[in-house]
Amino acid sequence: MNTDSKHEQGRRDFLKHGAAAATVAVAPGVLLHAVNAKPREEPVTDAVRWGMLVDTTKCADGCNACVEACDQENGIDMMLKPASADEAEWERQKPRWIRKVKVKDNLTEKVTNLPLMCVHCEHPPCVDVCPTGASFRRADGIVMVNRHTCIGCRYCMMACPYKARSFIHESVQYQLTAVPRGKGCVESCTFCVHRLDRGQTTTACQDACSREGHKAIVFGDLRDPQSEVSQVLKRYPSVALRADLKLNPGVRFAGI
Amino acid sequence: MAKRSPAAGFWVVLAVVLAATVGAAQADPNWRENGTSKAAVEGGQCVRETSWMRRNHMALIKHDRELTVVEGVRTIDGSLAGCVACHANRDASGGFIPVEAEDQFCAGCHEYTATTLDCFQCHATVPVK
Repeated sequence: MNTDSKHEQGRRDFLKHGAAAATVAVAPGVLLHAVNAKPREEPVTDAVRWGMLVDTTKCADGCNACVEACDQENGIDMMLKPASADEAEWERQKPRWIRKVKVKDNLTEKVTNLPLMCVHCEHPPCVDVCPTGASFRRADGIVMVNRHTCIGCRYCMMACPYKARSFIHESVQYQLTAVPRGKGCVESCTFCVHRLDRGQTTTACQDACSREGHKAIVFGDLRDPQSEVSQVLKRYPSVALRADLKLNPGVRFAGI
Repeated sequence: MAKRSPAAGFWVVLAVVLAATVGAAQADPNWRENGTSKAAVEGGQCVRETSWMRRNHMALIKHDRELTVVEGVRTIDGSLAGCVACHANRDASGGFIPVEAEDQFCAGCHEYTATTLDCFQCHATVPVK
């Protein structure tokens, strides 16, 4: 391979411009993070485990800000209803990385609102069942789909107890550079991995929830005892959904 | 041996076809002069030599995709986003033309050599966020 100084310089410029594009992309309000943002140079390790606490007592009924922010961040809203699909079918099958869920305790009639997304299990059933290894858990705890090897069998969708994954049935016309997505693959929440890999430390849903003033979502490194998420987990009671399955999810819920 | 074996004939034909393909595998040899992409307008050096890229770009991209998706390394020197950022042409109104549109940078060669181009089923074809 050619690695003389001229080409070396070319590569440096190439990388530099790539980083510049990533910085421009950041929305107003999260610009501070972008100033320090630097694309990841080393492979991820298990020194970090990304996790989240959702305080359902702060999650407002009727608020959809996290879902809309997720759709925008990941280009999900760029995918329109295919002409061939009927309205009900599209509503049932369109990609959803976060869904707002309302649960009611029939005995006490207490109603709880919560956003439900991929909870990024330590022992993910979707990874266990994947026949090609496309569904995988990154060293830093993010459960993702490698679209290069996903064959679209949807076994992971059946295995997931949280109904977190979506299948893309039709060709995708428009994508964002940071979030490639297309027909025939399964997809789900990635904890905004493209932001984390560029040095940001928040997810789009968390930012949106804070902007709305609810602050129901706290995201951060579970392995760092000083991180905000570790601190609130230490202080307040929280549960794992379907704790009986012993999956040790990275997303925990308070107030249910 | 008076009669040439059928296998030899096959190899001759293949060599001719390959020579023709490699020789002409450039959609628009004047893409630099005629193009409106960043690479055409601003010039500059690609991540590898042009002749190397023509034959081996797919190997570069294929290796690095595992590095990025599985290991999270974003500072790779052969990113597809980089290809699109430099080689997407602009139309008269200043908007980007998808690189896999007919006769554009990627599609031009791929159409000519009849090799399918799967990257853009998932990846963005114009420089966007």
